[in-house]
Amino acid sequence: MSTLTKIMRKPITSAIVAIFVGLLVASIILVVAGYDPISSFEALIGGMVGKPKYISNVIIKATPLLFTGIAVAFAFRVGLFNIGAEGQYIVGTILAVIVGYSLDLPPVLQIPVVVLVGTAGGAGIGAIIGWLKAQFGINEVITSIMFNWISLYLCNFVVSLPQFHQPNSTSSYSINESGYTTLFYGMKNSEDGAEAIRNIPVIGDAIMRTDVNIGIFVAIIAAIFIGWLLMRTKVGYEMRAVGFNRDAAQFTGINVKKNLTLCMAISGALCGLAGALTITGIAPHSIATLAAFENNGFNGLSVAFIANCNPVACIPASFLFAGLLYGGQTVQQTVGAPSEIINIVIGTIVFFMALGGVIPMLADRLDHKRAQKAKEEEAKLAAQVSDASDPSQEEANNAH
Amino acid sequence: MEVSSDYAVQMHGITKVFGSFKALDAVDLNVRKQTVHAILGENGAGKSTLMNVLYGLYSADEGEVYLNGERVSISGPTDAIAHGIGMVHQHFMLVENFTVTENIVLGNEVTKAGGVLDPKRAREKVLEIVEEYGFDVDPDAKIEDISVGMQQRVEILKALYRGADTLILDEPTAVLTPQEIEKLIQIMHDLVSKGKTIIVITHKLKEIMSSADECTIIRRGKYMSTVDVSKTSETELATLMVGRNVNLHVEKKPATPGEVVLSIKDLHVKDERGIEQVNGFNLDIRAGEIVGLAGIDGNGQKELADAIDALVKPESGTITVKGEEIQGTTPKTVIDHAVATIPSDRHRWGLVLPFTVAENMVLERHNEETFGKGIALDLAKIKEFSQKLIDEFDIRPAECADHQAAGLSGGNQQKVIIAREVSSNPDVLIAIQPTRGLDVGAIEFVHKALIRERDRGAAILLISFELDEIMDVADKMAIIYAGKNVGEFDQGTITEEQAGLLMAGGDAE
Repeated sequence: MSTLTKIMRKPITSAIVAIFVGLLVASIILVVAGYDPISSFEALIGGMVGKPKYISNVIIKATPLLFTGIAVAFAFRVGLFNIGAEGQYIVGTILAVIVGYSLDLPPVLQIPVVVLVGTAGGAGIGAIIGWLKAQFGINEVITSIMFNWISLYLCNFVVSLPQFHQPNSTSSYSINESGYTTLFYGMKNSEDGAEAIRNIPVIGDAIMRTDVNIGIFVAIIAAIFIGWLLMRTKVGYEMRAVGFNRDAAQFTGINVKKNLTLCMAISGALCGLAGALTITGIAPHSIATLAAFENNGFNGLSVAFIANCNPVACIPASFLFAGLLYGGQTVQQTVGAPSEIINIVIGTIVFFMALGGVIPMLADRLDHKRAQKAKEEEAKLAAQVSDASDPSQEEANNAH
Repeated sequence: MEVSSDYAVQMHGITKVFGSFKALDAVDLNVRKQTVHAILGENGAGKSTLMNVLYGLYSADEGEVYLNGERVSISGPTDAIAHGIGMVHQHFMLVENFTVTENIVLGNEVTKAGGVLDPKRAREKVLEIVEEYGFDVDPDAKIEDISVGMQQRVEILKALYRGADTLILDEPTAVLTPQEIEKLIQIMHDLVSKGKTIIVITHKLKEIMSSADECTIIRRGKYMSTVDVSKTSETELATLMVGRNVNLHVEKKPATPGEVVLSIKDLHVKDERGIEQVNGFNLDIRAGEIVGLAGIDGNGQKELADAIDALVKPESGTITVKGEEIQGTTPKTVIDHAVATIPSDRHRWGLVLPFTVAENMVLERHNEETFGKGIALDLAKIKEFSQKLIDEFDIRPAECADHQAAGLSGGNQQKVIIAREVSSNPDVLIAIQPTRGLDVGAIEFVHKALIRERDRGAAILLISFELDEIMDVADKMAIIYAGKNVGEFDQGTITEEQAGLLMAGGDAE
């Protein structure tokens, strides 16, 4: 194995090459569509990290994607495909709004209650999907997709109820302020406080003008916790055993049904938590009638697979994905490329990241070819040597 | 090597590389016309690879093939058949709900003008061959209704129908009863006397001694030698095959059975299709004895073992361990009753292949306090525990605790399972085909481990399709036929022939 192929086998190499090739193909698409790729990418990068405000917005956008990403990654490691992250996220938002609007407790109680109810909602949906799979073998992909639609229409139904519907709008009332997890919320709304924040160098403007909230910290802790749970605990050990080989797990006394249900419940809980934290952390702190899915769950699938279903690797993957989504808007504004082209470009980059597994395979092939070449050289050399040796030797060879 | 038309098949310097693995390294093979030529080697030695090269399924990286003294290049099975080579695979390739005739002519159908099938003439042609070689086969029977031995004869007929002069038989006796094996050997001799040449791939020494004229031994992809079977012995063949002296027969002290530990009473178990496979089965096993359950595959062994391990619920009957009923509980409960199992399919049931060896070692015990407090897993403790077992059971490579189980050889994978299962000092050990697919050296190890457990006082049920193994290892033999225990015998009170008859549903008298 050469140094080159060794480097090629590193997972980080796959990611970097994938991004690079993705950008290359995306450039071709941009050129064909009649836009300058260089200025497009300048705008993209600028839109991601050009200002503290942009970075803040990327982080805010990354938060739900990180949650749903680890939810999908976790379920996948246990052999389940949770395509229902979207619906579980929506249920989290619905319950957070219902509880957050109906109750008005002091913040120390209000925030945990709202967040926990949202989390429990996602967990409940996940548990039903997992239980149906465990007990009756009903494919979790079918049930999760159905729950996505149930959740979407449940959301629209709740928005339409008179006790939650904000008149003359398409959304519900906002939850009570006691449930907000936006950072510096009180300060921003007092003149002195706002002044103080604006005076913070560099990031003051970003804090003032974006919904900086605690979500990302919770999400990063969740990613690390799920990674630990999978690799360092008995619970995770059993789940991985179930994911790799259900028969052997059952044979050695592991309760497969319990683990499938529990896994989907945890996966759903992460999505529900994401939904609840979006409601508590980000204005307008309400749900609105959904004409289509907002893709917070579906993009989690992409994040999980970019991260190769490693919960901790979901952290950079979610930032990258959110950055592309958010930075893409700037491309539209500055270069004038339509949003369809931007989405094609994002899709292309993600597509090549999903193909990351090809690179270690290429390394294998390269090694094999080298070995073959070396063998041929050796054979040639051996032939030359035997030609040069005495004829009696050759005769002996022929006789053999 | 001298190329001559005295040889039906000559292969010279065959090398085949898969990735970085050299499956065959300059192997020679010379098969004289009208002989039975055995190819002997351990699992993974390259026997099947060599034959797949001859049959055109693989192309060799180096080397030449000569048929009847002429250099040929065989690019695929169709090519091989055109050159008069036929192959009967270990797993039959027959259409279950077609008749014998339909299966034989399949792919080479007898047709009238315009491609219309001519079943009448097809039947005549098949009958012709059946009579010529004196096969006992009904051309109109459906495959699903005939015995495994007869299905094998259909496979041989298929090859003969396509004009094969040289027949390759891949592990032909793996699925046969002793009587059927004898019949097969007779057929092989008949075919040779009618001018055919036969190559048999096998790792069973006894059958080579009784059927083959010459034997080529391959070890780890390398040609060892070719010996005249009439001038050799089983022990010599085994030594050539493994590369060291092996003990073909297990040495053990007489058993000292104690109390009945495992007791199965009037057990009825259905399979997934709802067919009753275990049909009123009774068996008692005492501490410190090995009971070998002999029988042909598909007579309820799988369902019996699944019922003991609580993987399926029996319809009725009881399974008791030390007086406590365990039927219809959960695998965990069964394990908690100190019942350990060496499963039949180590990849499917025995191991989580992507897990490390250390992780596999604690599959049944990860919840013990020793391996971590609360929900945390103490990886260092697990590794330490595994390393002890790796050393004790000589699992190779010795530093494999952190390696994926998938990377170990079959024999070492089986050692991991045995180490795990016996590390808890079980009262009952169920060993289901524990040596399937293992080479002679590993088989010896497994048998010794079983006897060591017996001497420690475990009650052992050895389920095997290899009568030799049961004859050799078990203290007592029980025979299962159609889901019933049709006879129990102390070792030495029954001959292989009598056992074979009982296994086939006959009478031992």
